[in-house]
Amino acid sequence: MKNKYFLLILIFFIFIFDKSFSNEKKLDELKKISKNLRCLICQGQSINDSNSDFAINVKKLILTKLENGAKEEEIYSFLKSKYGEWIVYKPEFKPHNFFLWLMPYAVFIIGGFYIFFKVVKKNRKTTNE
Amino acid sequence: MKKLIIFAAIFFILLILAVIFFKSLKTEKTFVPKQLVETKLPKFSAQTLFGNKKFISSSFFKNEKYYLINIWASWCGPCREEHPILLDLANKNKLKILGINFKDNKKNAITFLDKLGNPYSEIITDKDGSLSINLGAYGVPETFLINKDQIITLKFVGPIKSNDYKKLIKIINK
Repeated sequence: MKNKYFLLILIFFIFIFDKSFSNEKKLDELKKISKNLRCLICQGQSINDSNSDFAINVKKLILTKLENGAKEEEIYSFLKSKYGEWIVYKPEFKPHNFFLWLMPYAVFIIGGFYIFFKVVKKNRKTTNE
Repeated sequence: MKKLIIFAAIFFILLILAVIFFKSLKTEKTFVPKQLVETKLPKFSAQTLFGNKKFISSSFFKNEKYYLINIWASWCGPCREEHPILLDLANKNKLKILGINFKDNKKNAITFLDKLGNPYSEIITDKDGSLSINLGAYGVPETFLINKDQIITLKFVGPIKSNDYKKLIKIINK
């Protein structure tokens, strides 16, 4: 009899722990997603940082969608369909954004080559002397 | 020669930066919502303010050539500013307006309408703001003009001003 009660209490605590753990997981995911979203009212802040009505509504929407099993990309797609790409901080890798994505790498590579050849040229000059 | 090339390169880079800078000074700094225009209004349902009945969007947007959806609240100052324009559109221009009462207290909403007049053919409530986000709205006031195919023809963020009113009249009277 005592064992039965003990088992029931154990199951109860496992349930509570699992619920709170999964809630915490959803809140972490909410934070992660909302940090990557731009508040369109307070345009200097992310949805996570902003206390505007718009940001609060978006956070509520994200939480509802997470509770309904939506994935991160689905939530971004939904918000982009309503507010445009601008709402997501990280721009998509698409043709109209190629310049934005590839420019830093191009500058790094070209700069790297330039420094390399400058150093090689300098070394050759020093050797010849 | 080498110095000339370097000088020319620096000059052109600075020229490009100057052009971008001066162009940017003239462009609108806040985001202008063009995303939803020419897209279909999503289907939605809600509770009505009066009578607490179920409202389904597809049953409402049936017969007229154009409809207006206006998101408003009694606590919203700019909503009072645009209210006479809404009354004019509803009464003089016979435009059917759906009001979405956003995050409001029912008693205050009714008092607002009693004092300022009711331009709405139907009013639904959006207690938690989720309906407005589903419609792609930013807050209050916000207005959508939709045609009989439920395509969003125009969208106004903020109160409807006299220029917006003229644009609306031009389209609905075509």
